[in-house]
Amino acid sequence: MDARAPGFAFSASILDLDAAREADRIAQAVLELVQKRLKRRGVVVGVSGGIDSGVVAALCARALGPQRVVALLMPEKESSAESLELGRRLCDHLGVQAIQEDITPLLEASGCYRRRDEALRAVIPEYGPGWKSKIVLPGVLDTDMYRVYSVVARSPDGREVKARLPPEAYLTVVASTNFKQRARKMLEYFHADRLAYAVAGTPNRLEYDQGFFVKNGDGAADIKPIAHLYKAQVYQLAAHLGLPADIRSRPPTTDTYSLPQSQEEFYFSLPYHQMDLCLWARDHDIAPAEVGRALGLDAVQVGRVFRDIDAKRAAARYLGSPPLLVDPAAADPEKADQT
Amino acid sequence: MNVQETVKKYIVEAMLMGRGGDDLAGDTSFLARDILDSTGVLELAFFLEETFAIKVADEDMVPENLDSLNAIAAFVARKQARVAADRGGVAVSSSGR
Repeated sequence: MDARAPGFAFSASILDLDAAREADRIAQAVLELVQKRLKRRGVVVGVSGGIDSGVVAALCARALGPQRVVALLMPEKESSAESLELGRRLCDHLGVQAIQEDITPLLEASGCYRRRDEALRAVIPEYGPGWKSKIVLPGVLDTDMYRVYSVVARSPDGREVKARLPPEAYLTVVASTNFKQRARKMLEYFHADRLAYAVAGTPNRLEYDQGFFVKNGDGAADIKPIAHLYKAQVYQLAAHLGLPADIRSRPPTTDTYSLPQSQEEFYFSLPYHQMDLCLWARDHDIAPAEVGRALGLDAVQVGRVFRDIDAKRAAARYLGSPPLLVDPAAADPEKADQT
Repeated sequence: MNVQETVKKYIVEAMLMGRGGDDLAGDTSFLARDILDSTGVLELAFFLEETFAIKVADEDMVPENLDSLNAIAAFVARKQARVAADRGGVAVSSSGR
């Protein structure tokens, strides 16, 4: 869409797509990539019960046939039971094979929970069994505050503590929690290797662009079929593909920390429907005032969101970087990327 | 060492692997130079608290206070003056340990 075309008006409708055509286009690309480029025989996809993995699984089933898609359900002791239930429902709906792998033993063996809890005790000495926690960011709209994480912890009797962690403890909490995404990816590749399948990643454009993924965790994959789609467009595809209504209506959640956590407090500065439009506007040089008029925000607030987008993009450069070589080491740059 | 020099030494050592920083002037914006990310801000706040015996509240963590050596020096001076006033003492000029 050309934002400089005569008569252009910035509104939510810029993200409307022809869902039928886009679903066919992606399915065609998935077939091409998996069969011809990667020479694999099917696709493994980790299914979370959320909209993104649901749409990816559905597109892969459409592209390759449901018999060539394996969906992994990978709960752990802190993930929500609803995620597992919705994931199962999706697999039944699509007719794809579901394999359940409880990753709790892997996480216990790697020290995920223990290392995290020890780090949390740096500021909350009584943190232990029965406690739950999450990390949260301050809002972006009404302050110029740097977006620095705090931890929120809840005791077994419901007392809530919010604190800023010392840097080392904060980084240890994040690094420990990243075991979850990496353990899941390890199992996805176990099944992919076993079956000579490719692994499909499930980031949408917001996540891919803004670095909302764990490097070599959910950021790792052989194909990422919806990385070019804004979240609103993922919902449009989900409706077109006929995904179960309770998956389409579920609020986005990270399901990574033991306390419920919205994606806005964890990463994005706005709910996805506004975040989508701000990201689009940032990339199409739409003035903050015009964006604000469409979203019910003022220009200063939109400016803050733009700055947050830029800051996240800067941080995402490391996350998205392939291994860097001193000199080229293969004639084919695609091969060089894989080493 | 004054506050600027103390913080500059820390930033060069902690954020720039001990290299460069010669062109880090008092009014150089850390954001514009891509020196501080959000983890860096957390580390800087922690360093200021430890080094200058001040408390950096959440609402203090804004570019106006932390985005340059000059801004940090002014911020530390304000905080130390307030600590001194709260103790009923005399505000001292800012200086590092």
